[in-house]
Parts: sequence; structure tokens; C-alpha cells
Amino acid sequence: MSIAEADRPEGKVFKQIGKRIKRPDGVDKVTGRARYGADLNLSGMLHGATLRSPHAHAVLISIDTSKAEAMTGVKAVVTRDDFAEQPDEMAAAGELPVNYMHVVRNVMAREKVLYDGHPVAAVAATSMSIARKALKLIEVKYEVLPHVIEPDEAMKDDAPILDETLFTDGVDPKPTKPSNVSKIVKIKKGDIEAGFEQAEVIVERTYHTKPVHQGYIEPQACVASYSEDGSGELWVTTQGPFMYRSFTARLCGMDVSKLKVTPSEMGGGFGGKNNVYGEPVAMVLSRKSNRPVKMVMNRGEVFRATGPTSGGHMTVKLGATKDGRITAAKADLAFQAGAFPGAPIGPATMTAFACYDLENVLATGYDVISNRPKVAAYRAPGAQVIAFAVESAMDELAKKLEIEPIDLRMQNAAKEGTKAAYGPVFGPIGMEETLQAVKDHPNYNVPLGPNQGRGVASGFWFNIGGETSVTMNLNEDGTVALLVGNPDIGGSRASMSMMAAEELGIEAEDVRVSIADTGSLGFNFLSAGSRTTFAVGKTTINAAREVIKEMKARAAKIWDIPEDAVVWEDGHARPASTNAGDFEPLSIVEIAKKASTTGGPISGHIQTNVTGAGPSLATEAVDVEVDPETGQVKILRVTVAQDAGKAIHPSYVEGQFQGAAVQGIGWALNEEYIYDDKGRLENPNFLDYRIPVASDLPMIDTVIVEVPNPNHPYGVRGIGETSIVPVMAAVNNAIENAIGVRLSDLPMSPPKVLKAIEENS
Amino acid sequence: MRYEAPESLDAAIALLNEESGTARVLAGGTDLIVQIRADMVDPDLVVDIKKIDEMRTISEENGGWRVGAAVTGAEMNEHAAFKAAWPGVCEGTDLIGSTQIQSRATIGGNLCNASPAADSVPAMIAAGVTLTIAGPNGRRELAVEDLNQAPGKTALEKAEIVVSFAFPARGAVASDAYLRLTPRTEMDIAVVGVGVSLELDGDGTCRAARVGLGAVAIKALLVDEAAQALIGTKVDAAAIDAMAAATSAAAKPIDDKRGTKEYRIKIAGVLAKRAAGIALERARQN
Repeated sequence: MSIAEADRPEGKVFKQIGKRIKRPDGVDKVTGRARYGADLNLSGMLHGATLRSPHAHAVLISIDTSKAEAMTGVKAVVTRDDFAEQPDEMAAAGELPVNYMHVVRNVMAREKVLYDGHPVAAVAATSMSIARKALKLIEVKYEVLPHVIEPDEAMKDDAPILDETLFTDGVDPKPTKPSNVSKIVKIKKGDIEAGFEQAEVIVERTYHTKPVHQGYIEPQACVASYSEDGSGELWVTTQGPFMYRSFTARLCGMDVSKLKVTPSEMGGGFGGKNNVYGEPVAMVLSRKSNRPVKMVMNRGEVFRATGPTSGGHMTVKLGATKDGRITAAKADLAFQAGAFPGAPIGPATMTAFACYDLENVLATGYDVISNRPKVAAYRAPGAQVIAFAVESAMDELAKKLEIEPIDLRMQNAAKEGTKAAYGPVFGPIGMEETLQAVKDHPNYNVPLGPNQGRGVASGFWFNIGGETSVTMNLNEDGTVALLVGNPDIGGSRASMSMMAAEELGIEAEDVRVSIADTGSLGFNFLSAGSRTTFAVGKTTINAAREVIKEMKARAAKIWDIPEDAVVWEDGHARPASTNAGDFEPLSIVEIAKKASTTGGPISGHIQTNVTGAGPSLATEAVDVEVDPETGQVKILRVTVAQDAGKAIHPSYVEGQFQGAAVQGIGWALNEEYIYDDKGRLENPNFLDYRIPVASDLPMIDTVIVEVPNPNHPYGVRGIGETSIVPVMAAVNNAIENAIGVRLSDLPMSPPKVLKAIEENS
Repeated sequence: MRYEAPESLDAAIALLNEESGTARVLAGGTDLIVQIRADMVDPDLVVDIKKIDEMRTISEENGGWRVGAAVTGAEMNEHAAFKAAWPGVCEGTDLIGSTQIQSRATIGGNLCNASPAADSVPAMIAAGVTLTIAGPNGRRELAVEDLNQAPGKTALEKAEIVVSFAFPARGAVASDAYLRLTPRTEMDIAVVGVGVSLELDGDGTCRAARVGLGAVAIKALLVDEAAQALIGTKVDAAAIDAMAAATSAAAKPIDDKRGTKEYRIKIAGVLAKRAAGIALERARQN
């Protein structure tokens, strides 16, 4: 019997799961004791600084570093010449795979600079002020080229071509001319034309979204230390220390065994810390200077050079019968990949209509490069962009059909047994349950005042499992040390301690979770794809079961009875029955204390590739009030209902729902990159790149829906991402409900909303 | 970079006057330190004026008020009598940055940074504030709207410091208001800011009015046409509409990352109308 079958969550009485324990990282974070990426200081450490391109697109003709190298206090300068060429080879990197040939060019520009902020050279010096002064002494000759930012411009025949070696993949026959379109993908189900022929009502509209940044508070930061013996250490803020090890070792020409990566505390990532930027540069600077080198980005560098998500240009067409059955759904989407291929068109086309049980679907995605920083993953990458278009279209369809928007979604909802357009047949999923939860919520029935509107939208995200390795050690006093390889980006230390405690029959406070460096555990995929609580949790449970098995064996040894005559209950080994013998139960503490005389230390270690992640769906309702004279949108109420499968620590789950909703509100209303006519970013700071502040927001109300995932012992699904997916459409639908005009471009900033009101009046 | 924190105005002026390189006055530092970190300015000398008593006080004077240039926005808002007298000016300082920033940012710094979008300035223009400026050649006075010339550029001569702000005495039935539009509710820079100050006769006729307009030109403006539209009226809807139209007409904005020209012109009128309504309501309650 598999673990999953043995422990179906139905009817299981939990003692730890579902409690709201104090967060184990809380005190250190509020006192400032927690050590983030920039908090490590080593003796003899140098400070690194990066020279960045002021041009959006230019040939890099020459770089003269001699004056900088001659400056007192400068210990090393690196350029493209310090990085070996990399082959055209894809590598996994969380939700968006990368190509080493592009990674090396993004870390340090080679033939060309491809965006404002592209690194051109870097300096390590005895102080930051010396390093910054030295940057000004580096002489770079550029041949400036015409640039292109927006994907629809980049797709035109006469657009400036970024990469002469790039030919569109997914086209037959193979194109003969290079293009900024790196790839075309299609997701198909049924017969789209036949589906539209059956339709009695059709809606079709084109939508645009702007690229937005993950907006993590902690900028990229690391300390690299390369030893004369050829080994190196990297201390870094990252979602994936093992991935950073792979990338950094590869780019620096090191064996993986020679590099140890230690993840720091995380000050936010949201997908933006899946990829290396300054880390290989710091390592090469350290190698050249024989000193540790710290590199910390400032906010301007974060905005100019680290991955935002894609902007999208999308057309969505839906057809339905008059009674509300959707007969066909079609999406065309072109996403900005930034300077190198890799926009999330795969997840976008796959998730586009995944909320619904549809016969005829066609989603076509175009991956378009342009002169912007290379995109990185961002919370349900791609799904949120296309959901803005699809869920706005659903609302338009509901209006046209005169069907209540939740009812229309309910009528077409995907459910257990639905075959998704992207392939799988769904197991149990919570689409209908989240719709019902929003419909039943008091917020959904609050009467609206003048200039107010209400909007609904739903969203889907796959979630993943992946490579996982954990070790559980029973300490000599009966407490437990759990070693995991995934940085805690959303409460995983708390939830791991709870799952371990649940299995062991002890309190979560007695399990201390540490995040391992890469020398201490086998490979762990990164903290991404909402995998950590699911996959690392499942592995932790299995490690605890190993420990229990061993503890039972030790008790059997002490009692001199067979191992299978011992059971584990409530933190104690007990004889399975009176037949087994009459022994006082042995607590975990007693077993731990006797471990040295019963066979030595007790531990459990599991390494596996976890499968069986359950998709998580969400439905959200947003109420807004629009100022008809200024176009300002005030968010009045937000209700998030998402399927968690099983919430291990409900406060953290609610926090994820709320955080995702807030990021979506910023995306909907204000966040955008503003470029001047030379392709330079005009707003690389939090003053003019407007993420929401607390006073912009109401309390975000949450409903944790629990449709258990049968592939996790407790039913857990990943919950970190889906809640951002519906937000932009929900806000758009609410604005439409308030002003009677449908917007189609993000952000829906005051001037755009006012213009829409005026054009309608 | 040399840092000095003299305890007298004379010493501060002498330090500034003797410096041959780039010198900057430091009050709250909420603009200057940001500019230094952003490589926008690299001063050789920074003179901190927060230890000069004269610049740190709020006092009543000739029926009006005098506020030192190094008084913070938070201190103005915590001064009940001053806040009751000039609620619109206090609204302006209460919108600068965030609570933490307001506990550092000063009224003098907000003015002398010479941003056209500074939140305290339109309300002070509306209030009819007179500056006292001290320098190597003694003291002089200047209307607040005449100090700034363009973004980052003031009418201050070398080694001159804005010492204090004089708020005039006025009648009993008077008040002011400041409104700004920002996409966010806090931590933002005005897309448009409007300050309105007005004074009524016993019969409700507007005796005096001033309108200050920010973020729509190279510097914050005194809009006399808008004020004239109110003076002599009962401040009825027609007068307020005329005032709003005059305010929009005075706006000379550009398209930039914070807003479009077209939008700013419209919003100038909307905010003027709303600010006048608030000031009127407050005046009538006085």
C-alpha cells in the first residue's frame, strides 16, 4: 500500500496540521538578526560594482579597462573576456528553462548590449566608492543600433533584429530569415472552427499588459570567495542554491564539487531569484583578486537588469450557445521575452482555458525578444498575463449572455475527469468549490454604491514536485533537526516542522528546520512552482516515517521483542498488543537518550523526484470605486478563494493569498516600465514604479478551500501562485461594472480610466 | 565630503561662503541624501542646519505665524494651534513621503529642493507666505512663489539660507486646503497639487483668495486669475467653476513618466474645485 493510500486525508484527525503556530523565523526577522544576502562580511572582502550599458541596443566594439585597473584600491576588473563561450544548451531553471549560451551573455554582454542596464564590465575594489569611481574610468566604445521594446513592433518585418542567428522555431518549413520571434507554440483540442460555428454568441477583443517586476524588497546580493586551491564558496539570496551552484560552476568553469552555495535568508523572490546575475561575476572577480567579493545590486540595477515578467499582446475569442455553454475558445498571445528567448508562452497557452471544461480550444503563443531585460519567472508565470485577457473575455461573454458571471463559470467549470486542452485528465480540483465560496461570501452580497463596481475572475496554476532531498536527525534530547534544501520563501520552515511533528507525535516547536548548503544534502530543485510545501513536505513526512521505523526497531531491541510487535503512537513506542509483552511505552526522548547504546544516532534520509502535484484553482471578487472626475480606482473589497488541498499553517496560506492579490492589484492599476525614446528605463525605482502601499488596500479577505490532493499524505497542494492569476481581470471587470466601459490595456491608471469614462459619455 | 553642524546661522553662512567646491545645506536630508546616493550630486561640504535654534521653532508673530525652515512636517502637524490656523499647509506637509519621512523632512528643504511637485509649496503660495533669507550680505525677504526658478534651481545666492516662513495674519472667517493627485495614496509624487486659501466677509463674500498650483509647470505657480474668479463672489458653484477653469488654463504641464499633459490640465481644475470647496467649508466653520 502506498503512503498516499494509507493516509487519505479524509477522516484523519490532525494534531499539528491546521494550527497557527508561531513562525520560527519571526523573532529574528523583526529584530534584524536574520541574515540576508548582503549581511555577510568576510575579512579582506572587496566590494564589486557593475558597469552597465546606457544603450538599449548597440554593438560592443571595445572595452578599455586599463585606467580602472591602475586605480589604487582596485583589485580586479572583469569583462566578456573573462567568461568562456557556452554552448547552445538548455538547462532547467524553475518554471522557465534557460539556455547557457544566453545565460553567459546576460551575465556579461559579449557581441552586443541588448538592453539599458546590460552588464559590460565589473570591478572589485577595497571600497564601494572606489569601485564606483573605477567604473567611470572604463572606456567602452559602442555602435548604437535601432532598438525595439514592444512585442508587436519587434514582430514586424522591418524591426531591428537582436540576434542574427535566431530563426523562429515551430514553423514549417524552417524560415530563411532571422526573426525576433524565437518560437511559436500551439495548444489544441477539438475543432476550433466547428466550435465557433456552433456558437450563438461570440466575443473577441485584443488586450495588452505591461511587463511588471516581481518587486522583491531585498535586491540581489552575494559574497563569492574563490580559493587558490580551485574551490569556491557562494553566500547568496536565492530561491535555489543548487541551481545557483550549477549555473555559477558552469559559467566559471568549475566542477560542481568545488563550489559550495549557502543560501541566506530570503527577502522576497517570487520567481525573480531563480536565475544568476552577479554571482558568477563576483566569483570571477574573487578568482582574479584572490579575495572574497561582495556584490549587492541597488534598486536601479534590480529594475534595469533583473527579470520582470513578460508584457503580453493578446487576442481572445470565445463562442457560446445562448444558454451559456462555451463551444470554442481561442487565444493568440505574443509575449515579450526580453533580450533572450524564454517568455512563459508555454504555461500561458497551457493554462489559458484550464479553468474550463471545453471541447474546442486553440491557444497560440509567440515568444518575442526585444531590447529589455530577459524575463524571469514571476508567480504563476504567463498564467496571469493570459488570464487578464481570458477572464475579461469571460466577463464580457457573461454580460452579453445576461448570465451571472459566477454562474457562467460554474456552468463551464473544469472538474475531476475533465480533459485539459494541454493534455492531462484532471483528478479532483477545486474550481467549482472556489466559485461557490466566493458566491457564498458576505462580500459578494454587499450592496454597491454610486460609481462602484464588482468583478469576478478565476485562475489556474499547475504546481510542481521535483527533485528533493531531506535529512531528519533525532537529537540526543529527543528533539528533531530537519535539514531541507529549499530556501524558506513562504513559511516552509513552519510547515515542515508541523508535518514532521504530526508524523512523530510531538510538538512542532520540538522540530527545528535548517536550510542546508549545497554540501550538506543531495540536489534539491528550487523553491518555485509552489512545490516546497507539497514536495519537501511529502519527503519530510517520509523521512519522519524512516525515523519512526528506526525508533520502533530500537524499542524492539530494548524490549527484546520483534520489530513488527512495536507500534508508534503519540510520540511513543508501544507494544502492538498485550501478546507482544507488557512494557511501559518508550517516549521519543527516552529512545533518543538510549540511542548510543542501541545502535547509534537515529536519522531518516529521503531523496526522490516527487510527483503528483495537484493543480490549485482560485476565484476572486473585487469591488472598486471609480472617481469619475479623476479616473482613480479605489479598491474597496477583495475576496480570494483558493484551493489549498490542505492548509498546513492557515495563516501562511492566507498570507500567500493576500500577497498575491496585492501584487495583482499593483499590476492592474499602476505598475509599468516607462522607456524614453532611446529605450532607457525612466522609472527604475519604487517611487515611480508604483507597487501598492498599505494605504492603497483594504483588508484582503480569504477563503481557504480544501479539496485534498490524493497524491500527498495530507492532501497538500501548492498555494503560492494561483491567487495572483485572476486579480487583473477581476479588477478590470469591476471597473467595467462601475463605469460601463471595458478597458483592455494594463495598467488601468487614472489617465486611462478617465479617458475611457469621457469617451463613453 | 566634509560634514558640519554649526549652532548659529552666522557660522553656517560663513561655512557655505568659504567653501570653494560644491556645498549643500542639509535639513532633513530626505532629498539630499537620496541625491547623493543616486550620484546626482557629490558635495564637498554638507552644512547641517538642524542645530540652529531659530530654524527649529514655530511661533506666533504679529497675529500670524513664523515657522523655522528646519521644522519638520510632523512637527507642524503636531502643533495644534498652527494646524488649526493653516490646515491646508499642514495637509501638504502631511502628504510628503510617509510618516517616517515626515519626521525628518522639513518645510525649508521641501521648498529649497526646488521640485515643481513639492507638496508643501502650493499651499504656502496660497497662504501668501513671505520668506526670510539670510546670507553674507545680511537678511532679505522674498515671496515664497519667487524663490524657485526651475527644477533644482532657486533664487538663492551663494551662501544664502532660507531661515523662516512668515504666515500672514488674516480675518476670522478664513481657511485653506491642499489636494494633490497621485496614483498611489502615499509614497508618491504629485501629478498635480492645488492649494487654495480664502477669506470671507461677515456676509460670506470672498474678500481675499489665493491659489497655488504645483506639478504642472517648471515651478509651482501662483494663479491670480483663479483667485480673482473667487474674490467678490459668494463662492457659489459658478464662481468655483470659473476658478477651476482658470486653474486649468494656467497649467502648463508636460507629458512625463508621472502623467500626461492633457490629464494634468483636467485634474488641475478638478482639484482646484475640490480644494476650494474644502477651504470654504472650513472657513465657514471658523
